[in-house]
Amino acid sequence: MLLIHCPHCQEHRDEEEFSYGGEAHIVRPLEPEALNDQEWGDYLFFRTNSRGIHHEMWYHAIGCRRYFNATRNTVTYEILETYKTGTQPRVTGDSL
Amino acid sequence: MKKYSAFSLLKNALSYHENWQKVWRSPTPKKDYDVIVVGGGGHGLATAYYLAKVHGVTNIAVIEKGYLGGGNTARNTTIIRSNYLWDEAAQLYDLSLKLWEGLSQELNYNVMFSQRGVLNLGHNLQDMRDIERRVNANRLNGIDGEVVSPERIKEIAPLINISRDSRYPILGASWQPRGGTARHDAVAWGYARGADALGVDLIQQTEVTGIRRKDGAVVGVETSNGFIGARKVACVTAGNSGVVAAMAGLRLPVESRPLQALVSEPVKPCLDTVVMSNAVHGYISQSDKGDLVIGAGVDSYNGYGQRGSFNVVEHTIQAICELFPAFSRVRMNRQWGGIVDTCPDACPIISKTSVQGLYFNCGWGTGGFKATPGSGYVFADTVANDRPHPLAAAFNIDRFNTGALIDEHGAAGVAH
Repeated sequence: MLLIHCPHCQEHRDEEEFSYGGEAHIVRPLEPEALNDQEWGDYLFFRTNSRGIHHEMWYHAIGCRRYFNATRNTVTYEILETYKTGTQPRVTGDSL
Repeated sequence: MKKYSAFSLLKNALSYHENWQKVWRSPTPKKDYDVIVVGGGGHGLATAYYLAKVHGVTNIAVIEKGYLGGGNTARNTTIIRSNYLWDEAAQLYDLSLKLWEGLSQELNYNVMFSQRGVLNLGHNLQDMRDIERRVNANRLNGIDGEVVSPERIKEIAPLINISRDSRYPILGASWQPRGGTARHDAVAWGYARGADALGVDLIQQTEVTGIRRKDGAVVGVETSNGFIGARKVACVTAGNSGVVAAMAGLRLPVESRPLQALVSEPVKPCLDTVVMSNAVHGYISQSDKGDLVIGAGVDSYNGYGQRGSFNVVEHTIQAICELFPAFSRVRMNRQWGGIVDTCPDACPIISKTSVQGLYFNCGWGTGGFKATPGSGYVFADTVANDRPHPLAAAFNIDRFNTGALIDEHGAAGVAH
């Protein structure tokens, strides 16, 4: 059971209040129609699926109803930080 | 390999069962193999077995980081069925079911395959429409199935609550009599024994740490016990597929998440079929030992820890208690998680890759156990001939770029 700190509400809340948004920092192509099938498929479906440090989106569904990002270890499940969308993580795979 | 029979049982009884032949050898790895299978679970062992048996490739090693069949093969709920909606998936899973039907004889190893039937419950009008559509599609594909009424469900599983006043009223179900369960360990051990007898080296406690390439082609694998050469490398590593793919500089359209299961204390025989419910996220059967084997949902977030969230188990148990009020007093014994590699379309990837000689069989997600024989069969053919087996062609990794997805979320049974 995770306790997740929502950077908007500034509170630790139970994981059942949140829903998962998948890998973070995937930039939506500015001109989707200019992409070929390879690039569009890669954007839609292919993921790093990290074993270890993972940057991911969470949605505070039963709360402030806003998205934010978290850096979590996918083996130990330790949440190393949560940060607002649009900002960069302080903890990365390289910094550990 | 000495054959198992009533006679061999009798003969070995005379020496107090102390002189049985070892089920497989523990060989020292050779320097070089024709094919290396990475991952010694059910699918990997089946791949090695069919490579040796059907395609005559016997210079094979199966490299396993832990012990044989110790990953998802040991962690699933052993349900076998083939009632998938789309032609491609239905044919693949039914090939598997047909292989299951002769597997104990084929392997000379009792995999305890029991065709006790599988019920998929419908709880609302849309469930029933989907069930009717799926059963009709199955029948067109030559797969057995029928839509059954609540009264018939009650005959099949008398403990079930079909009251219209229940929290999840049962309006009907699909019924596949050829479906059932098997003994998970026996499947891995049976394939391992069969492969070993055909000359396959089963190398345990050896972790693959890298995939060495030269000029865009595979030349072997780096392992915790040194480099081993190979012309072809076939990866069957389930939840860790993304990690292995990264070793070859590839990305996959899979996400790894824990899927949970739990078993109760053993009780007397009370449920002689498999009951599944997509809508309330529970599936249940009773093992030969008497434990109720319950499958829960998959965690909503990525994870490699072989455990799962408590709220997922709680949700499933609530549903099971509603469906089977008598089970509310049964105590649960053990709970665990297995890491499933889920694809966006809930179908597997059985495919060549952009690296010559590197093959992937992954993405089975929440439903790989039932496919063990068929998966090994078509993957062995794909690896041996360096082109997709006709039944595997639709499961090429290219489908995520061409858009030819095979959406089996409805039949997969677990939402993800």
